[in-house]
This record gives sequence, structure tokens and C-alpha cells, in this order.
Amino acid sequence: MIKLSGVTKEFSGKKVLDNVFLEIPDGQKLAVIGPSGCGKSTLLRLLVKLSPVSRGSIFVDGREITMLEGDPLIKARMAFGFVFQTSALFDSLSVYENVAFGLRQQKHLAEDAISRIVKERLEMVDLPGTEKLMPSELSGGMQKRVSLARAIATDPKIILYDEPTTGLDPITSTVIEDLINKLAVRFKATSIIVTHQITTVYRTCDRVLMLHEGKFIETGSAAQTAASIDPVVSNFIKGGLN
Amino acid sequence: MKKNLAESLGVGYLSVMEQIGGVFLLFWKAASGILNKKIDVRNSFDQMNRIGLDSIPVALTTAVFVGMVFAVQIANEFVKFGAGKMVGGVMALAVAREIAPVLTAVVIAGRVGASIAAELGTMKVTQQVDAINMLGTDHVRYLVIPRLMGLSVMLPVLTLFADVIGFLGSFLVSVFLVGINPYGFLETAGNFLKTGDVLGGVFKAFIFGMIIASISCYKGLKAKNGAKGVGESTTSAVVSSLITVFIFNYFMSVMLFK
Repeated sequence: MIKLSGVTKEFSGKKVLDNVFLEIPDGQKLAVIGPSGCGKSTLLRLLVKLSPVSRGSIFVDGREITMLEGDPLIKARMAFGFVFQTSALFDSLSVYENVAFGLRQQKHLAEDAISRIVKERLEMVDLPGTEKLMPSELSGGMQKRVSLARAIATDPKIILYDEPTTGLDPITSTVIEDLINKLAVRFKATSIIVTHQITTVYRTCDRVLMLHEGKFIETGSAAQTAASIDPVVSNFIKGGLN
Repeated sequence: MKKNLAESLGVGYLSVMEQIGGVFLLFWKAASGILNKKIDVRNSFDQMNRIGLDSIPVALTTAVFVGMVFAVQIANEFVKFGAGKMVGGVMALAVAREIAPVLTAVVIAGRVGASIAAELGTMKVTQQVDAINMLGTDHVRYLVIPRLMGLSVMLPVLTLFADVIGFLGSFLVSVFLVGINPYGFLETAGNFLKTGDVLGGVFKAFIFGMIIASISCYKGLKAKNGAKGVGESTTSAVVSSLITVFIFNYFMSVMLFK
């Protein structure tokens, strides 16, 4: 369970999150939608303390992550897998080393065990045999899938997706969306998907929140969101579909 | 107008103080990590290899030519005043105390410091630093400590090489170009130069290594706004490192070589 309690985040006096409260039960697939720059990615960064909150608290399984520093914070982050907007693959490391990175740091496994997990995760994202390639040799969609494989290598309980399909063609987007669904089932993980791609919301999520002027607008399921009469939500959805 | 000037000075002052504080905090975190043995050994050896071995040609070329040009200037003047014998001693002191540690630091700040700032800056703006923090380690342990260790260990080693090569260059020029007696050159060098001079130079190089690593890592990790920001961070890392090295060099020389 993830719980946000009175969380505020300010940048130079501008509130991107304004005293928000939120509970995300285990196993939920939550989409956070909203226009570019509204603070969706910031929300993900706050959940794992890549950015500090200005005020308020965030609890993960009852533990206040906002108070953690150093080794306890590193340990708490191990519960998360993070798929970054830019994929954020280590460009000086091969695909194999990218996927193995978290395993080497967290699990201290023997090399043959690491090798087995890397192979399995790459097969899971339909990229078998790419171990020796460098990130620069991959397409944008392939980089995203390697990023997914890296995020799930350590069996996280919560997977955070920051704009997982933005900038990808419709076919690749569908592949990524299918993967998000597959991984949620396979790992029984909570998924939080930040996106402004409405199609991604429809295909992957069972609960939708819209972030508007620092506050969440609860819009229900993807179907309920599509039928929302709230003018802010409705305009965003129509704009998204158009 | 007056207010604007005062405001600008205030903002500039705060910015410099923030950066000094930031560099010191980063250094402190890394130093604490080293003391607590949170060291990525493989990465640290990679950095030592990259900083040390790969910098040998450029550091030694600089040392030999600066030693040679310094000898040409000094030797000709000393000969005019009948003090040609003293050239060896003066060169030995100059190379061990100042030329080798400072010039090696300058070369390394330009070569390695710029590379560190650019590499870490690129990693920062492409979220690779965040990815490190999400994968069971933290960027200080994985990125900063190996570079701090690499520079503070290898800069003294390079300085020792530069001591030898710089002195050799000055010897060759003094003897074969200016015509100074080689035995006299070596005799005064032996008389003037004490172990403390060499160790003082090496100690300065150790401090310079920490300065260059801390500033370059800090500037890289503070990079923002894409390629332009990375470029600015890189320039700023080299300039700030050089200025800090020169300032520290003065005070350390005063303290070490009274």
C-alpha cells in the first residue's frame, strides 16, 4: 500500500502538488494523466525520494519513505522498479550489463544466476539474444523494453512507468502496453503509469487520476474516465483522442 | 541602478557560497563512504587505470617541455651571473615543489576533470544518475567515490613521474644546450633537494586530486538543460578546478616550504 498524506511539492514557489492525499492498494494499476508539465513525473520521483517533498509524508507499506536517507533509503527503493521516460539505459554498458546492474548491486548473486535472470527477463520483453548489444544499437522501442527488463530484474513489488509509450509508434506502443499488463500479472506488482497517452490508459489501467493545478481529480476506471462529465477531464480526454 | 548592482553582487555571492557548500558536502559524503568502506572496487580500479595510465603521455610531455623551457630561461641568466652551478638545485626545487604538482594538476583538470563533468553531466540529463539510485546503490558510491579515489591516488603518482621527467628535461637542456657542467648540476640538485620537497609536492598533488574530482563531479551532477547545460558544466568544472588549485597551491606552498 502506498499512501500520500498532505504532500506538497513546490518549485521556486510554484506548487505542482498542493496538499494531496492518495492511497494506492497493492496490485492496482493506476494511471496518472494530465498535460505536460503538470507534475506527473514529479509525483513518481517523490514516491522514491529522487526528489524530496516540500511538505507532507509518503508511506510505502507503512514505512515513511520521506524520512529515509542513506542505506535505508537505498533498501526501500529496492521494492520499486522504475521505467524512465528517456529509458535511461547506461550507455557505456551492454544490454546484459544494464539488466544485470540492479542484480549485482542488490542481490550479490553468482554470475550464472545473474546470467539466467538476465536471459529470462530479456525473453520476457521479447528481446532474446540482444545481451551483447549496446544501447546505441537499439531502436527507441527496444531501449524501452530493455529498460523494462532492467526494472523487473529484481522482482519489484511496485513498478513506476514514466511516459512509457510517449514518442513511440502505435505498434510499439501496443507492444509496451501488452508488456505492462503481462508484467503486472506475472509479478503481482502495483503499477503506476504516468502518461498523457489516452490509449495507454485505456489498455493498461484499472484506476485513473487526473492531475490538475496541483490536485488529483479521481475519475474512476478507464471507462468512467472516458465518460466523465468533469469539463477538465472531458476536455483533456477529447484533446487526447483528437 | 545601485540596487541592481547590490542585488547582482548578493546573488553572485550566494551562488558562489552555495557551490562551495555543495562541493564540500559532496566531498564529505564521498569521504565518509570511503571511510565506511562503501567502495565499488572494480569501478575504482577502472578509474585509476583511466586517470593514471591514460594520462601518462600528456602529463609527461608537459613536464619534460616545461622543465626544458624553464631550464633555458634559468640557466642562461644564472650563467651570466656566474652561478651556473646553482641551476641544478634551483631546477630540482622548482620541479619537485611547483612545476610537477601544479602542471600535472592543470593537465589533469583539463583532461580528466572535463571528461568527468561531461560524463556525469550527460548521465544526469539523461536520467542515468536517477537510474543508478533506483538500482540498489547511490550515485555517490557508484560514480563519485571511484573518481575521487582515482584522482587522489593517481595524481600523486603522475606527479612523481613528472618530477623525474621534468628534471631530466631540464638536465638535458642545461648540459647540452647551455653547457653547464653535468656533475655540478647534479651535485647542487642533490644538495638543495630534500625528501620533504618531493613529499610536499606529492602531498599537494593528493589535495589537488581531491579538489579536481570533487568539483568536476559536483559540476557534472548539477548539469541541467541538455547538451548546452552539459557544456557549461564542463567549462565551469575546468575553470573552477584550476582557480581552486592555484589558490590552494599558494597556501600549501607557504605552509609546506617555509
